[in-house]
Amino acid sequence: MTAAASSAPVVLDIVDLIVSLGKKPDADRIIDGVSLQVRQGETLCVVGESGSGKSVTSLTVMGLLPRNALTPTRGKIILAGENVLEAGDRRLRQLRATTMAMIFQEPMTALNPVVPVGRQIDEVLRVHTGLDARARRERILAMMEQVRLPDVARIFKSYPHQLSGGQRQRIMIAMALVLEPKLLIADEPTTALDVTTQKQILSLIRDLQKDHGTAVLFITHDMGVVAEIADRVVVMRQGRIVETGTLENILRQPTMEYTRNLLASVPSLVPRAPRPASTEPIVLQANALGKIYREHAFLGRGREVTAAADVTLTLRKGRTLGIVGESGSGKSTVARCIVRLIDPTCGEIRLGGHDISTLSRQRLRPHRKRIQIVFQDPYRSLNPRITVGETIAEGPVNYGVPHAEAIKRAGELLELVDLPADAISRYPHQFSGGQRQRIAIARALALDPDVLVADEAVSALDVSVQAQVLELLDEIQTRLGIGLLFITHDLRVAAQICDDVAVMQHGRVVEQGPAGEILTHPQQAYTKQLLDAAPGRHWDFANFRPVAVAAATAS
Amino acid sequence: MAVDALPEPSIRVTPRRVGRNALRSSPIIVVAIICLTTIVLLAILAPLISPHDPQLLAPALRLKPASAEFPLGTDAYGRDVLSRIIYGGRISLLIGLGAALFSIAIGLLIGLVSGFFRWVDAVMMRIMDGLMAIPSILLAIAVVSLSGASLSTVLIAITIPEIPRVARLVRSIVLSAREEPYVEAAISVGSSLPKIMWRHLMPNTIAPLIVQGTYVCASAILTEAILSFLGAGISPEVPTWGNIMAEGRAFFQIKPSLIFWPGLMLSIAILSVNLIGDAARDALDPRLKQREGRK
Repeated sequence: MTAAASSAPVVLDIVDLIVSLGKKPDADRIIDGVSLQVRQGETLCVVGESGSGKSVTSLTVMGLLPRNALTPTRGKIILAGENVLEAGDRRLRQLRATTMAMIFQEPMTALNPVVPVGRQIDEVLRVHTGLDARARRERILAMMEQVRLPDVARIFKSYPHQLSGGQRQRIMIAMALVLEPKLLIADEPTTALDVTTQKQILSLIRDLQKDHGTAVLFITHDMGVVAEIADRVVVMRQGRIVETGTLENILRQPTMEYTRNLLASVPSLVPRAPRPASTEPIVLQANALGKIYREHAFLGRGREVTAAADVTLTLRKGRTLGIVGESGSGKSTVARCIVRLIDPTCGEIRLGGHDISTLSRQRLRPHRKRIQIVFQDPYRSLNPRITVGETIAEGPVNYGVPHAEAIKRAGELLELVDLPADAISRYPHQFSGGQRQRIAIARALALDPDVLVADEAVSALDVSVQAQVLELLDEIQTRLGIGLLFITHDLRVAAQICDDVAVMQHGRVVEQGPAGEILTHPQQAYTKQLLDAAPGRHWDFANFRPVAVAAATAS
Repeated sequence: MAVDALPEPSIRVTPRRVGRNALRSSPIIVVAIICLTTIVLLAILAPLISPHDPQLLAPALRLKPASAEFPLGTDAYGRDVLSRIIYGGRISLLIGLGAALFSIAIGLLIGLVSGFFRWVDAVMMRIMDGLMAIPSILLAIAVVSLSGASLSTVLIAITIPEIPRVARLVRSIVLSAREEPYVEAAISVGSSLPKIMWRHLMPNTIAPLIVQGTYVCASAILTEAILSFLGAGISPEVPTWGNIMAEGRAFFQIKPSLIFWPGLMLSIAILSVNLIGDAARDALDPRLKQREGRK
């Protein structure tokens, strides 16, 4: 594949691009001297963590930079022989549909919610071709079939909200490719999708590229996705290119330290060595837990949605139980029921022997401190107006610890989560995402809980930061003997931190058992499907070799 | 650790920064601030700077034109118009400030509670709907005529119709803020409901309430003037801008300046307050401010 691509004509040639914050010559450079080439029929993956400038690069190519905020100050972007940076607005509009096209991360917000999707694709053809209505419709239906949408005549008339996330992304791809552009820019197109859908979309992009010979500039933060789709890889960091190479070279023999660290941070799908079975006391038990949402209709009967049903879980002291599943599987509902942020409809939650599932607010209070939660979004889970010290001390103060003592303890906790002691008097906005998540963990630990619930606690973090936070959780568990209920959609993360795993689908637990068993020899079809869809499952990134080799050396 | 330690772009809204941005955005704000400050100073220092007693009747000096002794002339009872206008500002500003403070205090309480408790919300908001359905001037006239005209009844009469607006604003902010994870985190560390409301929810309402407060202030000053003009406000011998205009109405054809000067002061005061309110809204609006911050 690579050999064939290397002789193909260059579609996109970015030469020494500099994008600055503002127009002054001494302004901060967001993109600093980036050069890259994409050839016809080739997929170039730009990979990097947040703030690496990968998205800004793609927006610059499309001419979509926010005006007056970011300005390309030097360099050239040659698209099929034409410098895009010198093109006027009218020319750019022409180029955008006919020569280059873009698909975005969130297909819901990229589509107009009040126009049927067929008409949205039609608009592209109306503006850029002279075809009559019937020819346009035929072409759109053919394109929709190419992106493997079912029942195209019905979907043609559907509104975006009537389609699933995967279908919406297919519509976006159809819209992008309907005029057969030479270059397709895909900016994290599968990040908002579930793994099974992601797998389908990735293979779709691959196949369409083969048929049309499109050059693809694929932007992602996920090494697994890179391993699935890339021919060549560009690693970016802080606006500069760290390393460029073929997929094989980057994965097997990365030359730069940063690339090696990045790859080493990718958690392996192979479960870690199991810890000996535990006979410690059970700290948390959920029995036949269920949650039904009732929509109250003004007249007539309300609708009922079962978010969780018959969920039974057991967590022992010092162990980690993972709940994995795709979006809508009910895993977060279960977590929130267990912490009693929402009230379960039925079932039992036994926390250290007491059933807390139906306790009133007052009677729940003494039990609250024994179970704490860490949320997904570190930017929203800390009150921006309160200092870090006060945030951590809030819980102990609620339970009668004198303020001065609570603040002192907050300082110790900050040390435990590897933050500087002076963090105590600072505000959350002065910290990065990973640091904030550490603060949230410190807050949860301040009450000495028996159980810590981590609801997608590392999902919003970059992989290197994610690895550090996982390490921290592991260390805290060994030191404090805390029970960890770990909710995640990421099987890699689950494989590295969980002793036991419960797989959820449609509100029910489909399979449950030791992580080593479930993630290597799944019994249920759904679990197999999930494992099979995990991107980059054939690569053992941290050891720079395919999984097959690792298995061979192990046996 | 290197990646972890990357600093976040700091985009905190500090009062000083807000003030600076507001000033830079338009010079008209500077004029508005100067006007309002002048009016406030005049009102505070009224006993020191007004040339005459505003209530001293002097039948011999009725309807005198402007002169060195009476810069704006005298009214139908021979009272100095300038002194009356200066003193009139005291009542107007007091009513404006009082109505803003009381309506925000009561509205904040109602809004916080109804935003947090579903069942209180259902009852409280229907009462607020009912209050909003009555025209505010009519309500004020009814309250004043039932309980007699005095500064406090006029203040109460003007405050009541403003409460629903504040309560609804606070409620809508609380409804969205209570879904924030940091509020859920506070629940899970066992914080009591009053603490959650005061510490985690109330601060979100401060910026919008400052803006709302300026609008309430301006409209209260205007309502007081209307009530006085209609004869339903504070008793006529007390100088307020509305009273001065009401008395001047009878002599409009002989001496229009009796209405012109208090009317001008009223307009300048309301315009200044409203402009400052607009500037505060622009400066405090997070949608305008945080765009560039987080991707």
